[in-house]
Amino acid sequence: MLKYILRRLIGAIPVLIGLSIILFLFVRLLPGDPAIAILGQHATPALILQVHQSLGLDLPIYVQYLNYVGGLLQGDFGASFINGRPVLEDFLLRFPATIELTVAALIFAVGLGIPLGRLAARHPNGWLDGIVTVISLFGISVPIFVLGYTMVFIFAVQLHWLPATNQIDARLQLPLRTNFVVIDAILAGRPDALVDALKHLVLPAVALGSIPFAIITRITRASVLDVTNEDYVRTARAKGLTERRVDSRHIMRNAWLPVTTIIGLEVGGLLGGAVITETVFSWNGVGSWVVDAIQNHDYFVVQSSILIFALIFLVVNLVVDIGYAFLNPRIRYA
Amino acid sequence: MAVGTATISRPVRERASRGLWRDAGRRLLRNGPAIVGLVCILIFVVGALLAPVLSSYDPSVGKLVDRMKPPSPAHLMGTDLLGRDEFARVLYGARLSLQLGTISVVFGLFFGIVIGAAAGGLGGKVDALLMRIVDVLLAIPGILLAIGIVAWLGRGQIQIMLAVGVSYTPIFARLLRGSLLALREADFVLAGRSIGASRLRLLVRHMLPNALTPLIVQATLALATAIIDVAGLGFLGLGPGDPRVAEWGEMLTDSARFLQSAPFLIFFPAAAIVISAIGFNLVGDGLREALDPRLRR
Repeated sequence: MLKYILRRLIGAIPVLIGLSIILFLFVRLLPGDPAIAILGQHATPALILQVHQSLGLDLPIYVQYLNYVGGLLQGDFGASFINGRPVLEDFLLRFPATIELTVAALIFAVGLGIPLGRLAARHPNGWLDGIVTVISLFGISVPIFVLGYTMVFIFAVQLHWLPATNQIDARLQLPLRTNFVVIDAILAGRPDALVDALKHLVLPAVALGSIPFAIITRITRASVLDVTNEDYVRTARAKGLTERRVDSRHIMRNAWLPVTTIIGLEVGGLLGGAVITETVFSWNGVGSWVVDAIQNHDYFVVQSSILIFALIFLVVNLVVDIGYAFLNPRIRYA
Repeated sequence: MAVGTATISRPVRERASRGLWRDAGRRLLRNGPAIVGLVCILIFVVGALLAPVLSSYDPSVGKLVDRMKPPSPAHLMGTDLLGRDEFARVLYGARLSLQLGTISVVFGLFFGIVIGAAAGGLGGKVDALLMRIVDVLLAIPGILLAIGIVAWLGRGQIQIMLAVGVSYTPIFARLLRGSLLALREADFVLAGRSIGASRLRLLVRHMLPNALTPLIVQATLALATAIIDVAGLGFLGLGPGDPRVAEWGEMLTDSARFLQSAPFLIFFPAAAIVISAIGFNLVGDGLREALDPRLRR
């Protein structure tokens, strides 16, 4: 197992190097003079010079790259051109909000997707299966922003059941320590703030989780159906095991494998989707920050946040693969 | 010689196979959901082609006195902030959205086929190098990659198609490479190799045609997500950026502020995106089942 983990870690190194090269070139190869692309057509020569110096554009390209990687290894992801703040600092300040949102979306997707998929597979081609299929078809066909606005219109504007924007009602004046609003509310012993934070999470989490929910439902259904037709399941039934035992010991244990893989892959989609979800719900996370950075031509923020997102995605996939190897000995010893 | 007729019982008549694609086409047309999908797509294709006939309004010109009018016989889907006819904008938007989505997928397919064919066909170091590049692209979530590319190249139709296309490239490349690797040891490839066919001939004439099926299914499904991704870029302010042309995603962003006062402005472009995505998803699923009937349960 340790050997497998080590092999996977070594395998990630070329990907990281490739990523750093691409993102390094991202700013350097901006069409025209990067400094003008960053500052706009009306930039003063002094400002242009400042950008050239901070990018080290007068140095040979490989020296520039080594400096860039050296900086990354020391946690220096550059600074925003708009406010001069270090990118990593701002990222870490906003990242908890994005984690909270993605975790809530994943809980929704997995918590609803797996039981629904199992239910549909139990009665294939029945009316229940039909309903689940239609729901999952809508899940993959309705864009996050469309679902987001629809839910805001119904649940916030018309029914006033749930709040439409932000993470918590500012009037509650919750002191932030970890920047995870839900955790901060628990730490502060404020049930009112906790309820409010959870209410704020519902709509964005459902919007963000809708696509993974649909995919997880489909994969669970297909995977359970596949396993149900296996000889060993028939044998298990033939030898008189209870349906419950057949389900838990023989069907689900094998059906988990593809579902786990998909959950891991969907994390990447969730991170990407967070960019759009946070814009719809004015969620103060990394996603809305990236969109602002793009609109302000703050390329360092764009470059570094994509790099950090990719790093997180790689780590999550590594964890999922290790979990997969743990579940499936055939992978471990391959 | 006379042929005896009475003694031989008639064999069970089985329709002879008329080739993979013809058989698949027949199965597709018998698949209810796929037909619904085809109709969804056709509505927009016909709407886009006949836009000038179906609506007499110019999608880019409006009367300010008519702004934000709810749906009425004169304006079937109402009018937007600048008094432009929403129905005309949804129709002309279909032109742009379908075109951007389709060409994005064609770009993705092109790059994916080149990379996947080189990797799966040539193997060895080329394969290792290309697959590492694909790994790098796969490490960046698709929409984020597209956002990064548009941010880099600037707004515009070509830029959007390239950005969305590149974000699909690694998926197509991986898929094709996998199919080609599986085919390398197939009997007909070994036979070709044994009679001295060149590597390129084997790849182009024998392996590629047999490996394209899963790619075509994936491309149909990708059309649905491409339309959503293009609209998503428009929604984030990275759309074509040309006020003269209507794009569904940008139409949504422009009307988001009026969710409370004029929800119809969001409803119609949103419905257009959803219906076309459902169409491509249903056809993609139907095509997959038609090409591999074992999948059907």
